[in-house]
Amino acid sequence: MSQTYEQAMENFDPVCGIEVHVELNTATKMFCGCANVFGSEPNTQVCPVCLGLPGSMPVTNQKAVESAIRLGLALGCSIRESSRFARKNYFYPDLAKDYQISQYDEPTCYDGAVDVVLDDGTVVSVAIERAHMEEDAGKNTHVGGSGGIQGAEYSLVDYNRGGVPLVEIVTRPIEGMGERTAEVARAYVATIRDMVRALGISDGRMEQGRLRADVNLSLRPKAAPGEDQSAVPFGKRSETKNVNSLRAVERAIRFEAGRQATLLSAGKPVTQETRHWHEDTGETTPGRSKEQAEDYRYFPEPDLVPVQPDPAWVEQLRTTIPEHPAKMRARLREEWGFSELEMRDVVAADALGLITETVAAGAPAQAARKWWMGELARVASEREVPLGDLPVTAAQIAQLQELVDAGDINDKLARQALEGVLAGEGDPRDVVAARGLQVVSDDAALEAAVDAALAAQPDVLEKIREGKVQAAGAIVGAVMKATQGQADAGRVREIILARAGA
Amino acid sequence: MSINWNDAAQAVRATAAQMADALAAGEVTSEALTRAHLDRIAAVDGVDTPAGIHAFLHVDAEGALATARAVDADRAAGVELPRLAGVPIAIKDVVVTEGLPTTAGSRILEGWVPPYDATVTARVRAARMPILGKTNMDEFAMGSSTEHSGYGPTHNPWDTTRIPGGSGGGSAAALAAFEAPLTIGSDTGGSIRQPAAVTATVGVKPTYGGVSRFGAIALASSLDQLGPCGRTVLDTALLHEVMGGHDPMDATSLDEPVPAVVEAALEGASGNLAGVRIGVVRELSGDGYQDGVRQRFEESLDALRAAGASVVEVSCPSFAYALAAYYLILPAEASSNLAKFDSVRFGMRVERETVEKTMGATRAAGFGDEVKRRIILGTYALSAGYYDAYYGSAQKVRTLIQRDFDAAFASADVLVSPTAPTTPFRLGERIDDPLAMYLNDVATIPANLAGIPGMSLPAGLAPEDGLPVGFQILAPAREDARLYRVGAALEAALAAQWGGPLTVQAPELEVAQ
Repeated sequence: MSQTYEQAMENFDPVCGIEVHVELNTATKMFCGCANVFGSEPNTQVCPVCLGLPGSMPVTNQKAVESAIRLGLALGCSIRESSRFARKNYFYPDLAKDYQISQYDEPTCYDGAVDVVLDDGTVVSVAIERAHMEEDAGKNTHVGGSGGIQGAEYSLVDYNRGGVPLVEIVTRPIEGMGERTAEVARAYVATIRDMVRALGISDGRMEQGRLRADVNLSLRPKAAPGEDQSAVPFGKRSETKNVNSLRAVERAIRFEAGRQATLLSAGKPVTQETRHWHEDTGETTPGRSKEQAEDYRYFPEPDLVPVQPDPAWVEQLRTTIPEHPAKMRARLREEWGFSELEMRDVVAADALGLITETVAAGAPAQAARKWWMGELARVASEREVPLGDLPVTAAQIAQLQELVDAGDINDKLARQALEGVLAGEGDPRDVVAARGLQVVSDDAALEAAVDAALAAQPDVLEKIREGKVQAAGAIVGAVMKATQGQADAGRVREIILARAGA
Repeated sequence: MSINWNDAAQAVRATAAQMADALAAGEVTSEALTRAHLDRIAAVDGVDTPAGIHAFLHVDAEGALATARAVDADRAAGVELPRLAGVPIAIKDVVVTEGLPTTAGSRILEGWVPPYDATVTARVRAARMPILGKTNMDEFAMGSSTEHSGYGPTHNPWDTTRIPGGSGGGSAAALAAFEAPLTIGSDTGGSIRQPAAVTATVGVKPTYGGVSRFGAIALASSLDQLGPCGRTVLDTALLHEVMGGHDPMDATSLDEPVPAVVEAALEGASGNLAGVRIGVVRELSGDGYQDGVRQRFEESLDALRAAGASVVEVSCPSFAYALAAYYLILPAEASSNLAKFDSVRFGMRVERETVEKTMGATRAAGFGDEVKRRIILGTYALSAGYYDAYYGSAQKVRTLIQRDFDAAFASADVLVSPTAPTTPFRLGERIDDPLAMYLNDVATIPANLAGIPGMSLPAGLAPEDGLPVGFQILAPAREDARLYRVGAALEAALAAQWGGPLTVQAPELEVAQ
């Protein structure tokens, strides 16, 4: 009988380590001039360098170095004055040169720490061992059999991804979190994702593999009361590869803790090994064990010169580091007066940046939120595009709201104006003018419309006089209908009440 | 004595500088000159010809003639052309050439036609030099005799039973057999200089980073350097200036202009070396050096003294460990550089049931014994638990050797030694004794470990066997020009003694009709 996560936590203390790979969004690849783009036809974004053709040589992408250093600074890392690349040697068809250019004993960024904010506001500091640069491998597709390399009829290799710049961020062991370990791990990966987005160095899309996590977990017995938990040695760890969503990070840790606790409780050893994550079943299965592990024969890459960033440049990059995402969210929530729930929805919808820009363009925060989370979210979901890809700018939304606030248009007209903006008819002001969407507040016209409506419903005035003021709503509705929504509803109501002598 | 350019035998024996001048003066066309060399290749190079030099793995007659005709047409139209435009050249098969087969002497690359040009290839094309073909070499430049070529050895034109040196035996033999006036070589531990020594030609390993390595199939990236080969110091300098200079495609390329080596060669040829300090490296002479080699070396020193240079002795004690360090660093880097020959994207494929077995079977079939030997050595040297003892220690030796050079260059402007301990040995003599083969490079290896430039030029023929002896000159990094100044002065002094360039004394090769 397998133990649950909660059962595991009763007897064991979990220790977790996370490696996150971030694909950088540089225009070109790490060591050649090929375009760094996603989704091209296989083997169209390749050249002699990233195909590893005989004679070809790598040249380091300085923009990638800049991105890596900025990420390192955001993670509180020290930046090494001189760091060499290294070759990691292993044979695999998707690795064009049969070695990966990475960093080994001299990572450019090292010894950092990042605050992670949990859902209840608790702040946990996660220590960062290193953040180093490397190149991605190509992609194998195994045809036939089970889809794995074993038993496949044949395999296809696409080298478009080969040589795409990566930064690998490695934490120090995360200890002492007990049953919150899974939550911390998830929040940590979310923080990295938010950071790379805020830095503008990667879109961090986990579902497209732009950000990938490997999760290490081990259990050790809980220390007896009064004993020092940190004095208890670590247990054997498993490394679960390619855990590619925030939810999966949490699930993988929960599953592994249960699995390992079950083994340990039965007196069986945990094998040090890599494991594969299965999203469908929520389980892990064994991969390569430590005994079969490869000797990568690392040595300094002789084709490249060391990365030696000018300290003044590093300091200049430091000034470009954005505010910590979780802290920025807390500050904005305060400033904007959003509830916790509203803020969480905004973040989940990826609307934080859009709302920030809209507010910066002059709109009240709540109004900005209503537009992006309401009408625009609806349109985006209808069109099946990310919110940010809609053909409307934050400045246009701010202008739209300005027209509403000035009383030039009402909410209904504003939605029509927005429809025009989304249809490419120009700024809200242009659409309002072109479509003639101004609110009608000319009293003569409104009085005529009110009188016509009252004539059709003669009992309304009587009801109002009897104190049923809400009966006026029927007349307002009729007037709005008659004027195609362009009437100023407030003024209409005033006229009706005046007619009733109230 | 003026050259009759209509006489092909005379034309191919001219220097590249003479060819360039005659082309510029309209005394000969590039087409005629190129054809004369192609005819010479046809007469002496094929394994079925009487001489059977086998300097070429691939001859591109059509391409060379097309370039030659285009140059002739441009010249007739008055277009300004580079100095060596129309002078033919051959390129070591380790350098990739778009559209021309490139094998690095290995069966694993048989039939591979690169889709791109090396930077030096592009520069040769930009210099409008007809490319005659690709020259033979030890497989992946591993060897000192070309006997490790996957396509059979090259024969020394001085004595076809002997080795032409290696790995660039093809590039050197092509010069000595008058099949090409200029060739490109690569030097990882002496592969330009030792073949130059045993064929009585000139070869230069430039300062590391002085010539782009982009497109040179890597043996050991931290040691490899492409360089020019010719029959005279001036010719070699002319080619050096075509090849050299910064290349953004090679991260280890020096970001500075090519040294003024042609000017230095011209200055040296005047014969005045007053004030130049020549350092004789004590550890690179004496025991193990053939008598005739030592004799010609001493005579060369006398010639340099006569030109006004002072000669001092210097000591480089760490050189004792150079060979050992070299044979750890080179195999380590080579084991990684050669991993890409895995059958997946190019070259030979021996199909088996799984990809691992296919990779293994291909490498077993495609690589020769010497390559396998070094891959095994290098893989071992880099293994966990051995790295510090082997690769790590070798890197420390490398630092010590650099310090030895620094100290020596404090008291001498250039250092000199015999290029190789002996005159060329017989084909087959050392093929089963790798250690004896490795010892051939004892004098050339330190320059690669330190990244400094070196030249070999003819010092004469050893009295006991009548075979060529090479004289090596080494200079500090970035001071390549010193090699040319001293080399040209020595060349001028010896030519005066010999009554002309030494190569002209080479025995006539029997020619296929």
